[in-house]
Amino acid sequence: MNAPPIASASTAQVAAPSRFDFGAALKDSFITALITLGLSIPILAYKTVQNGAELFLMSRWGLVAIMCAIIFGLRMLQHAFMATRAARQAMPDPHQATEAVHAEPSAYQKVSRFAIPFFLGIALAFPLLVYVVQGGLNESRYWVDLGILILTYVMLGWGLNIVVGLAGLLDLGYVAFYAVGAYSYALLSTTFGLSFWICLPLAGILAAFWGMILGFPVLRLRGDYLAIVTLAFGEIVRLVLINWTDLTNGGAGISSIPRATFFGLPFTAGEGGFASTFGLEFNGMHRMIFLYYLILALALLTNFVTMRLRRLPIGRAWEALREDEIACRSLGINTTNTKLTAFAIGAMFGGFAGSFFAVRQGFVSPESFNFLESAIILAIVVMGGMGSQIGVAIAALVLVGGPEMLRNLDFLKAVFGQGFDPNEYRLLIFGMGMVAMMVWRPRGLISEREPSVILKERKAISGSFVKEGHG
Amino acid sequence: MEIFVQQLINGLTLGSIYGLIAIGYTMVFGIIGMVNFAHGDVFMLSAFIALIFFLILTTWLGISSIALALLIVLVVAMALTSLWGWAIERIAYRPLRGSFRLAPLISAIGVSIFLSNFVQVAQGARNKPTPPMVGDVVVLFQGESGYNVALSYKQIIIMVSTAVLLTIFWYIVQKTSLGRAQRACEQDRKMAALLGINVDRTISLTFVIGAALAAVAGTMYLLYYGVVSFNDGFVPGVKAFTAAVLGGIGSLPGAVLGGLIIGLIETFWSAYFTIEYKDVAAFSILAIVLIFMPSGILGRPEVEKV
Repeated sequence: MNAPPIASASTAQVAAPSRFDFGAALKDSFITALITLGLSIPILAYKTVQNGAELFLMSRWGLVAIMCAIIFGLRMLQHAFMATRAARQAMPDPHQATEAVHAEPSAYQKVSRFAIPFFLGIALAFPLLVYVVQGGLNESRYWVDLGILILTYVMLGWGLNIVVGLAGLLDLGYVAFYAVGAYSYALLSTTFGLSFWICLPLAGILAAFWGMILGFPVLRLRGDYLAIVTLAFGEIVRLVLINWTDLTNGGAGISSIPRATFFGLPFTAGEGGFASTFGLEFNGMHRMIFLYYLILALALLTNFVTMRLRRLPIGRAWEALREDEIACRSLGINTTNTKLTAFAIGAMFGGFAGSFFAVRQGFVSPESFNFLESAIILAIVVMGGMGSQIGVAIAALVLVGGPEMLRNLDFLKAVFGQGFDPNEYRLLIFGMGMVAMMVWRPRGLISEREPSVILKERKAISGSFVKEGHG
Repeated sequence: MEIFVQQLINGLTLGSIYGLIAIGYTMVFGIIGMVNFAHGDVFMLSAFIALIFFLILTTWLGISSIALALLIVLVVAMALTSLWGWAIERIAYRPLRGSFRLAPLISAIGVSIFLSNFVQVAQGARNKPTPPMVGDVVVLFQGESGYNVALSYKQIIIMVSTAVLLTIFWYIVQKTSLGRAQRACEQDRKMAALLGINVDRTISLTFVIGAALAAVAGTMYLLYYGVVSFNDGFVPGVKAFTAAVLGGIGSLPGAVLGGLIIGLIETFWSAYFTIEYKDVAAFSILAIVLIFMPSGILGRPEVEKV
């Protein structure tokens, strides 16, 4: 993290020395280590420890020394790596593809032909696979739970992709619609006793309605301003949820939200429950597996609707709006309606996901809908490659599943001692990963787009030819 | 009346802190057109640096003069936070220059998440209270109901040091060659580079100045509230950005003016309406200003070229 990358845009153009200059690398690494020392002097070297009402300082110079040594080593490695790469790049590769539009199916298309059915198959068979691998329903609880979590983010990513990826409207307050969906279900079911299957569409409609309300005033805004106003709306929704205690029960949240039923059959142990109706032995995991397939179906619905919308006039208008708003207007596209539908449809899927979140947790509180959630969802969309459906799914898997894997790294305890909890570092690594990802691939994982209109043959368009929109 | 004057004083103090942070946002936005999301967290980090050096000075080195200690803390915090500001620009933003518009924003969100969690891991998640520093107050006048309108030494320190530092930085931006280079880069980066201005260095220095002013704000925040925690960066950061937008983004006096207005609105809202909704008020103002007056109070309207 602390090592500045060598190849900035200006130096990359200069013909790099093909030999590894050890002295210069040593000097540069030393300077980097010194900067690391400077950065870590206050924050890492001294820890403030509270004892009663007073604060004490505890020195940790050993940690700083280790940190500087690690940075020094990494920087040396980076120099060595860059030198070999520069030597390789001095000889041009004859097969290097330079054109942005490939007539040949690109690597991405070749992969996606197999990858999409493969991922879909894995997703469909996931509970069964886990059941076989873990050897029992109760043992597979953790994995099914993780699958539900990842699929929730896949769905949210696909929902936001409509707004950000297709229409090019940067929305930093998407979590507001997630919250509207969750609270709609929580309030409708606890006060009016409506079932999940009635509340799900209602939550979507309400979220879409709020999407229109929030979308209306921001129509004139563009770029970063739009991002900040949507962020402000997201925060306002959260603050209102915290402070309007009469309706939302404030920070304590709403608990004992009714569980989902299997089309009317509750997942209970007694007579008339899901297990006894189908002649199965009662197990709490039935509900989990049902929830897993529910969110999978919802996510696939989102994907399906998005794919179809791209081919409808409205979807084409979204993408045209992203490419050039002025051209759109001069061609007679109603930009107001186009933007509002993008906000409303994106928000609707957020509302569905929120309602699912409420039924899964059985509890909602404003703390689940903070800015970090919006940032994570946006990061999923951007890192997946804006507008690419499969990219968003992969990004959600990596960003949500990856940090979760940290929980299982027990061997780290052997290295760093018993008090070491890898989970503490989850968000730290997440933040570093976001920066590294942007530096490494600013266009996202899947940076190629498939056009929705084709003439004779399929071509992949490089992501650098896709605009990110002004609004 | 007494309450009004008292709230005016409190609001101006809070507004000075917001104004100092807002300058960092406004300068960076002016020069490279990005919202430096991590700036609020740089501010929080600087408050921690100030806290640690204050403890080192008072408990280990035994400096009993609070004024001297504060001065040293301010200088050290400014220097070390500047280093952080420089490093963040170098690592997370410079490689993305010339890339597409969303990339630096996502990178900045990543830095923001990294910084707040780095401080949480390194310093613990609990609130850190400081030993009481400056407790004296000056009673300005007494109302009929016996309500004293007081101006504390803290508030004097905050307002005076804000004014002094702003004057210094105003001088730098207006009169020195660095300031000229900065304004040139703001207008046309390519042309400035052609005329021999080191654009990368100028941008780095912009981040350094922004971080140094955030460090002043962080030290003042610590002095004023006496407590800091790892997630104290986000909300002041967003409010300071609101201030920058309100004053007209890209304009230095606008940022200070916006900061003062936001500070006043927040304190008066808390005093006369409900304290729970003070953040809602600040965020609503942000939305309303952006919708009806996107160029802010002192900003220039953006010309759209086709």
